[in-house]
Amino acid sequence: MEHGKNYLVGVYDDDHVLLKAVTTVREKGVKIEECYTPFPVHGLEHALGYNRTRLPIVAFLFGMTGMCLAMFMQVFMMVIDWPQIIGGKPFFAYPDFVPITFELSVLLSAFGLVGTFFVRSDLKPYGGARVFDKRQTDDMHIMAIDLASQKLSQEEVSSILKESGAAEVNSKTFED
Amino acid sequence: MDVYTSHVRPPLVTGGKTVHDVTDDVCKHVEATPNIKWLMALGVSAVTLLIGAFGVYRTVFYGIGEWGLNKTVGWAWDITNFVWWVGIGHAGTLISAVLLLFRQKWRMSINRAAEAMTIFAVICALMFPMLHMGRPWLGMYWALPFPNTFGELWVNFNSPLLWDVFAISTYFSVSLVFWFVGLIPDFATIRDRATGPIAKAAYGALSMGWVGGAKDWMRYEYVSLILAGLATPLVLSVHTIVSFDFATSVIPGWHTTIFPPYFVAGAIFSGFAMVLTLMLVTRHVYNLKDYITINHIESMNKVIVTTGSIVGIAYITEFFIAWYSGVEYEHYVFLNRMKGPYWWAYWSMMTCNVISPQLFWFKKVRTNIYITFALSIVVNIGMWFERFVIIVTSLHRDFLPSSWAMFYPSKIDVLVYVFTFGLFFTLFFLFAKYFPVVNMAEVKSIIRDSSERKES
Repeated sequence: MEHGKNYLVGVYDDDHVLLKAVTTVREKGVKIEECYTPFPVHGLEHALGYNRTRLPIVAFLFGMTGMCLAMFMQVFMMVIDWPQIIGGKPFFAYPDFVPITFELSVLLSAFGLVGTFFVRSDLKPYGGARVFDKRQTDDMHIMAIDLASQKLSQEEVSSILKESGAAEVNSKTFED
Repeated sequence: MDVYTSHVRPPLVTGGKTVHDVTDDVCKHVEATPNIKWLMALGVSAVTLLIGAFGVYRTVFYGIGEWGLNKTVGWAWDITNFVWWVGIGHAGTLISAVLLLFRQKWRMSINRAAEAMTIFAVICALMFPMLHMGRPWLGMYWALPFPNTFGELWVNFNSPLLWDVFAISTYFSVSLVFWFVGLIPDFATIRDRATGPIAKAAYGALSMGWVGGAKDWMRYEYVSLILAGLATPLVLSVHTIVSFDFATSVIPGWHTTIFPPYFVAGAIFSGFAMVLTLMLVTRHVYNLKDYITINHIESMNKVIVTTGSIVGIAYITEFFIAWYSGVEYEHYVFLNRMKGPYWWAYWSMMTCNVISPQLFWFKKVRTNIYITFALSIVVNIGMWFERFVIIVTSLHRDFLPSSWAMFYPSKIDVLVYVFTFGLFFTLFFLFAKYFPVVNMAEVKSIIRDSSERKES
């Protein structure tokens, strides 16, 4: 994602205020780059107009892959490559393959899901995500506004943020 | 901040905590210099680990002959401890996954420590089958379907022991991932408060660059929900498959269809008991009484009395079915459990698992911390005896009376068990010091709706 340099940071001390503020600020024509909260605020993604994540589909596809791989592995080893008579059971003793098929479906689904989540959200050790305010992981809710993408002036945006209930409005500049 | 207080349900967080208080109350333990009490506790665990390590050394270098197993009882101490530890591990996933699906918000202040306990308990459990392999460094070739030099001889997918390999390793890795995903936002909180260079480097790596963006939280919530949905059948499947180790055999006393639900209930029972044992101590030492309230303890005790009663019904059902089946071997095994040479193990199991948790029907008992702590230990002793009774009493009277034998654990057996205790507590104390013991992000999200109003 392209990042700007000059930001206006609205600091809110209450999640309900932030939720209302997001709607009013957007209605007044201010583009919000992202909101940062110390805990999940329900409904924030709708207020910001984000599309629903497709991660459930990813989990399903990885799960199906795991299921197919597990079934193929067991059938290949037990039926095709080296069939053995074990306790008089048929080579293709499919009920016996259910537990491992289930386990591998869950394994691939979980790892595929979390792996995709890390990639999509760009989570990695020492990831370079921007911290607008150190309190955003403690008790403050942050609304980050990239000044370069606004039609309104900095003063206008600042007063809109203050009207919407921001406890503080700070400006923040990034060098990189 | 406007706070709504429900008059129907007691508050989940007491003491009029604010969001910032949650951060402070949890992070201060991570940030503090290790104190003498913690160092002593860690020292005792580490010494226990080292003493037990002698048992591991003897087992690996001199072989399974160091154990008390004999020709008749070829499976006893090790598998008892394995099933016991795996069972304990079930509570973490149950609390974090099943209670998440059921929207039980009281899970939020205990799930972190319970999941940690799960992971450490599964590590301890894995020690036993690994050591029983004799040469664990070759075990991967025998237990996993790797191409090999035996002419591509594959593992046997008809065997419940192999299902167990897949079940336990999947359970361990999925629990670890679930735990880690939950920890990321809290590590970010610690990172943003960190002052020292080591703390900055360590939590900077662990927090994965999390900043709490709304889009990330949306994905995070979906990931948690789906992982909970995956972990719920997984946790049920794991102890089901552990019970298959016995149930798919044709040994009287093991060959029963009731085993899967009975083992799962027993696992939740013992797991909750272990969570209580650990949490009551952590709560006291870290002064988390406002987060882990009497109501939390009472809720866990209700789970214990429920699962304890399910286990009790399972014992009685087993007896009834043994009689009703009309199979004389089944009759004998069950009467032998009750009246044979291992009667003391059987009656310890019955007293600890069936009778003692019934005390939790009384609210006074459920809400008494000292009785709860004592009973949580009693339950774990009982659940250890349950596995011992199922395993040893079904084997020691062989079909031929000339093969009848008794099982006595050797010193090495005991030391290996001591080793797992040392391992478990060393890991738990390290966790309690360097990780946030309460899920801060989740608890913060319920401060508004379920926090006690501060009297002003």
